[in-house]
Amino acid sequence: MIEIKNVKKVYKTGNVEFEALHGVSFKVEDGEFVAIMGPSGSGKSTLMHIIGALDTPTSGQYFLDGKDVSKLTDEELADIRRQKIGFVFQSFNLLPRTTVLRNVMLPLIYAGIPHEQRRPLAEKALLAAGFDETHFEHKSNELSGGQIQRVAIARALVNDPVLILADEPTGNLDTKTGDIVLGTFQRLNKEHGRTIILITHEPDVAEYADRIVFIRDGDIVSDSKTHKKKIVHPQK
Amino acid sequence: MTIQDIYEETYTALSANKVRSSLTMLGIVIGISSVIAMISIGQGAQGSIQSSIQSLGSNLIMVTPGAQRTPGVAVSTGRGTAQSLTMDDANAIASSVSGVLSVASEVSGRQQVTARGTNTNTTVLGTNASYSTVRNVNTADGSFITDAQSSSLARVAVLGPTTASDLFGSSTEPVGQTITIKGMQFDVIGVLQSKGGSGFGNRDDMVIIPIADAQKFLTGNQYVTTIDIAAVSSDVMTQVQADVTSLLLDRHKISDPTLADFSTINQSDIVSAASSVVNTFTILLGSVAGISLLVGGIGIMNMMLTTVTERTKEIGLRKAIGAKKKDISTQFLAEAVTLTFLGGLIGILLGAGVAYAFSYFGIIQTQISIYPILLAFGVSAGIGIIFGYYPAKRAASLNPIEALRYE
Repeated sequence: MIEIKNVKKVYKTGNVEFEALHGVSFKVEDGEFVAIMGPSGSGKSTLMHIIGALDTPTSGQYFLDGKDVSKLTDEELADIRRQKIGFVFQSFNLLPRTTVLRNVMLPLIYAGIPHEQRRPLAEKALLAAGFDETHFEHKSNELSGGQIQRVAIARALVNDPVLILADEPTGNLDTKTGDIVLGTFQRLNKEHGRTIILITHEPDVAEYADRIVFIRDGDIVSDSKTHKKKIVHPQK
Repeated sequence: MTIQDIYEETYTALSANKVRSSLTMLGIVIGISSVIAMISIGQGAQGSIQSSIQSLGSNLIMVTPGAQRTPGVAVSTGRGTAQSLTMDDANAIASSVSGVLSVASEVSGRQQVTARGTNTNTTVLGTNASYSTVRNVNTADGSFITDAQSSSLARVAVLGPTTASDLFGSSTEPVGQTITIKGMQFDVIGVLQSKGGSGFGNRDDMVIIPIADAQKFLTGNQYVTTIDIAAVSSDVMTQVQADVTSLLLDRHKISDPTLADFSTINQSDIVSAASSVVNTFTILLGSVAGISLLVGGIGIMNMMLTTVTERTKEIGLRKAIGAKKKDISTQFLAEAVTLTFLGGLIGILLGAGVAYAFSYFGIIQTQISIYPILLAFGVSAGIGIIFGYYPAKRAASLNPIEALRYE
């Protein structure tokens, strides 16, 4: 479970202070698929960094899986990210000229998983992300955009995290491939019970989630069940 | 991260950019190989100089006359010109100084030497039988001058190999022939073994005759130009040198050692003087090579800094998925150290190869010893750590949010 309580974030540039979040509070239950939506400059990236344990709030509390992570040091945050969070980025961020399997195994290296256990875990995650078995040994620069994002999703899954945090995962993809990726998230949520938080500025994309948290100018302006959820049907 | 993980990550990262990695390594390869080659050449040169000095005779002390002085007037005609040493001095040294193995006297000068239609200008050296022991010379053919021949006025000569071939060519056997020096005939009784060397002080180009002949017919006086003393061992050389000096001062009735009319040279002095010259050159060459090693190290740092900038996004990703500062810095440091280590290894092989080639083609005899190899290895690993540390630290301290945003 994720609980954010009255989180504020202030950035200082010289003498100028800028409050990106004015005391935001919300909860995400285990197994939920939530979209955090807002235009650029709304504070959603700041919120994403805090939820993703990449940054700490200036004030307020953040409980991830029952643990307060709002006052941790950089090195402790790294531990939290390694154990509890799987990231999917807009620009994929795969290691260039490296095989699909090695890319997916990367988080396992830092988690200290023994060598011989890594490959089966990576294969399982790739299959769960809907990645084609025949491409496991391909290099990352030999893949299409949709395949790359599935590798990135598998990498986020491989450590069995509490939360999958996807930051504009379809931003660099065409609508059709974007659909496939969003379908993958829906399936992971429904069939594997994964908790997923999707950050996006596009209402079209947010509508694939069960719930939409709308943020503007550092405040949550609405938080409701998706009115008309879009569903991607598995293709034959 | 385990050692195996670090190795695999390093291998992947370095092989992803093979051209750049090998060019970076080249700096270290050149640095290390030149250090190894230069030191090997220097040590080889030192070894060959020492052995050629040793071949002049072992545990040798040479006594030469001092400068000729005119009483009351400070005009010096230079060292070795005075006529102050005699056969009696040599005999006194042989009989009363302890630790002396053998003493030989020399009288030498350049003369025109003729033999049946050929002639040459060479050093004619008058000496006695002990010369062969003192100066380590042996005959290749025939025999050396005997004591009886050197004290009587026997007209016999021993030729150096160069002189022998100058006078008789390769077809005639020199032993048994006769040569003429200053109108007097000498029977050739032996030819010396070759000692090598050329130019001034070539010990292969000379004619040896009995000292009595040289004194009577060539110089016309009883003085000698050099007294060679062989000590029984290298340990007593200093003692023998001091005893010889005090004996000769006493015999020449000189009370102030600074006014001595002779000088003594110890062979180990010559060896150490020559060695120190070679040492200086070795240090000079080594430091030039060391500078190229330093430049190679800076090349590594430059490449690693570029890599850190280029891979900012990758570092951001690694941090996002839970890599700690230590993981990142270890990885980048491992890359730098691997580059220098491999470069060092190749450099050692290349440097040893160059040194070996120098020996093989007879340019100079080189000695490859373990010390410069260990030094080079240590230095290259050290350079990797020193020059890899800063880029690694910079990579580790990147903020993951900014690193991920980096374009």
